[in-house]
Amino acid sequence: MTTPAPRSTLASRRQILGGGSALLLATFWPAPRQGRAQGTPPPAGAAPEQGMLVDNAQAAFAPNAYIRIATDNRITLILPNVEMGQGIYTSSVMLIAEELGIDMAQVDIEAAPPGGGAEITGGSTSVMTEWLPLRQAGAAARSMLVQAAATRWQVAVAECTTRSGTIVHIPTGRTLPFGTVAAQAATLLVPQKPTLKDPATYTLLGRPQHRIDSAIKVEGRAIFGMDVQVPGQKIGTVAACPVGGGTLAGMNKTAALAIRGVQAVLVNTANNTVCVVADHYWAARKGLRALRLQWHDGLNAHVTTQTIYDQLHDGLNGPAIVANTKGDAPAIIAHAATTHTATYQQPLLAHATMEPINCTAHVRPDGCDIWTGTQIADRACDTAVELTGLPKDKVRVHCQYIGGGFGRRLEHEYVTQCVEFARQVPYPLKIIWSREEDLTHDRYRPAYVDQMTAALDSRGFITALTHRIVGPAVVARWDPPELTKDGYDEDLSVATVITPYTYPAYRLEFARREAPGIVTAWWRGVGGTRGLFVVEGFIDELAHRAGADPVAYRRAMLARNPRALAVLDKAAQAAGWNTPLPPGRARGVAVQFAFGSYMASIAEVEMPEPDNVIIHRVTAVVDCGRVLNPDQVISQIEGGLIFGFSAALYNEITLEGGRVQQSNFNTWRVMRMNEAPCKIDVLLMPSTEDPGGIGEVGTAAAAPVLANAMAAAQGRRYRTLPLLSPRNGADHKEQG
Amino acid sequence: MLSLNINGQSHQVDVDPDTPLLWVLRDVLGMNATKFGCGIAQCGACTVHMDGRAVRACNLPVGLIGERRISTLEGLNPADPVTKAVQDAWVALDVVQCGYCQPGQIMAAIALLRAVPHPTDEQIDSAMSANLCRCGTYVRIRAAIHHAAGALA
Repeated sequence: MTTPAPRSTLASRRQILGGGSALLLATFWPAPRQGRAQGTPPPAGAAPEQGMLVDNAQAAFAPNAYIRIATDNRITLILPNVEMGQGIYTSSVMLIAEELGIDMAQVDIEAAPPGGGAEITGGSTSVMTEWLPLRQAGAAARSMLVQAAATRWQVAVAECTTRSGTIVHIPTGRTLPFGTVAAQAATLLVPQKPTLKDPATYTLLGRPQHRIDSAIKVEGRAIFGMDVQVPGQKIGTVAACPVGGGTLAGMNKTAALAIRGVQAVLVNTANNTVCVVADHYWAARKGLRALRLQWHDGLNAHVTTQTIYDQLHDGLNGPAIVANTKGDAPAIIAHAATTHTATYQQPLLAHATMEPINCTAHVRPDGCDIWTGTQIADRACDTAVELTGLPKDKVRVHCQYIGGGFGRRLEHEYVTQCVEFARQVPYPLKIIWSREEDLTHDRYRPAYVDQMTAALDSRGFITALTHRIVGPAVVARWDPPELTKDGYDEDLSVATVITPYTYPAYRLEFARREAPGIVTAWWRGVGGTRGLFVVEGFIDELAHRAGADPVAYRRAMLARNPRALAVLDKAAQAAGWNTPLPPGRARGVAVQFAFGSYMASIAEVEMPEPDNVIIHRVTAVVDCGRVLNPDQVISQIEGGLIFGFSAALYNEITLEGGRVQQSNFNTWRVMRMNEAPCKIDVLLMPSTEDPGGIGEVGTAAAAPVLANAMAAAQGRRYRTLPLLSPRNGADHKEQG
Repeated sequence: MLSLNINGQSHQVDVDPDTPLLWVLRDVLGMNATKFGCGIAQCGACTVHMDGRAVRACNLPVGLIGERRISTLEGLNPADPVTKAVQDAWVALDVVQCGYCQPGQIMAAIALLRAVPHPTDEQIDSAMSANLCRCGTYVRIRAAIHHAAGALA
């Protein structure tokens, strides 16, 4: 990936991106709503028309994805989405290449500079948002190139096609490389509604394609933010006050400066953060230790994990926002002969991306360059503009490969921090957070408490359902205008309101409780991941209560949802749901519709002891609409499940005295290879529906499918995460 | 001045002997294939070879290395049969996602296959469980090691 050009006005942006090229086509990239998935369509009029293709010169808005065809036939795709492992570069290239008529290997990728307003990569939205516009961009470019060639040959357009980067005149077999007519093509009008290929004729889409970033990653050549080397750079490492809102009380600066290689000790008083700069990281780290920092802990010194849980449980009573309602569920429940209530609890979670947080910045009087991995380049740019007072066209963000995003890099506070320190020094400053800093100053997936109550008919099926969510509204900080006027965060509707089930009567309530002393943020599916654990756990409880088979019970609830029913039936068949298990093993099931995709999953577990879970096998059947790159969908589900199992079994951020207690991989347990499922089978349903998201789908399923399998193994419910938490023992006693 | 034998070349480095090899590689010598993940030998992102064995560079003080031969991912001979088999298998099975841990995974896998040409699942798990992957590529890493072993047969 080459370093992108600077952003600036539209004209210069075009000049830079198109520098030396003959044909530059821009496509508007629709902004995902939030950095996360919503199963609901955006409100009417909220976004410009999707898939509009424009000629740059006439653009009324800044486009942000480009196809560049140079006279030497080099084809470059300039993409706003960032590659953080989800394979988006590969599927983006596939979409364009399919319509344009080029081979995968002919395409180079560049990261687009910020400026289009849509450089958000998150929420499993990438394929969903680019499915149409990227094909249209490819088709428009193809149409213009064919027109140019046909004119040169004096033949009919209909007699021409494209193949491997050439225009082919079918009757005579003559060919012209794209580059030779690109300049001419660029003078033509861009077709606003180019004809797209008939999917039946696809040669790339729907067939497994190798990732285009594999070779550089297995050879160690991929440049992550951590790997950026700017001439003259110094390395800094930081410590922020371990208690949110606390202040710096003192330090031994002399001791730090005495460490060999230490260049400077920088202080940001506004944020109570200290940075030690040195020739290399180890000297900076030693310098930071030598500072022996002292802190005034401040108002949050009393915060403990229990403070947070108590506040969440307290929210189960008292006022709440009604987020969704159908019929009069509370009245039905009040008069029902049989009801069932359960309370679920989920912890704060860290991201712990393999690449610790880092950012490099060079702030000069005349400009600022930033090199980092970010899922939100626009905000990274804006923060630097704000801090430096430089005009926007003097701030450049160079997006690097991301060593794990999971929502962590939808935050940009580390960019702000780096620019603030880099302003104090004349050289480029690369700030590397230690793993300890990364874990203790993460922005955490919130903790939640949920309570569900169902009224049940004589067969044990739901006649009314109420659900109260207690927890933070992440969107209130992250994108305040998206908080509804009632104060609801619609992300919480994923896997709750947006579900494969329909209930005769329903009421969803939200009682907002923000956690003191910490910042909460996105994760690998906040709404979907938190919601599915609760809902699929509760449905499973109801099945057991009814004495019904968990698959059969769900089948009965899904009678009017053919896509959901199909994935469930296929999963049950593939996993051998109705076949006997070896002694000591048990199965659990979960069904979902989230991020625009359906999935049913079945886990087969064995628990030799109550705190030892062996995951023998997981079967997942996915209907994510039209599959662009089947093997990468499978890969995302495999990885998403393991990411989710890790959190579901082990992970909980705890606080004592306002301090996060987990500091490195010795206290923040990540699933290892010997603990990972022995076998994961992912089956894809053929579909011609528009593509759904996939990056968070597996993760959302992990906790519920595992909890339900463990419940079957142990004969008790698991309503608290992490599943191996001793609190699940207490939970057990409350159940009749 | 310390002398280190890295990828067959002698390097003179002027650092304190307690400096971990990882930071000499990355910040002093500019060799970035070896990654920083934890700093306490818990994640394996910094796995390199010392005399052919997989070790964690993040807590290996350069002062203790002496004459021993260090190899890093960028220094491997791509034509070496084991290196080639492992890298080819990783590409063929599309193992990588974010890719940040993969240099360490590949170094661990190469060391394993040099010691145990045809490892069982249990031997793979045992050799590879010191290497974390947050993207969760373990199932494919296991398969790729078998694939590479098959290619070397």
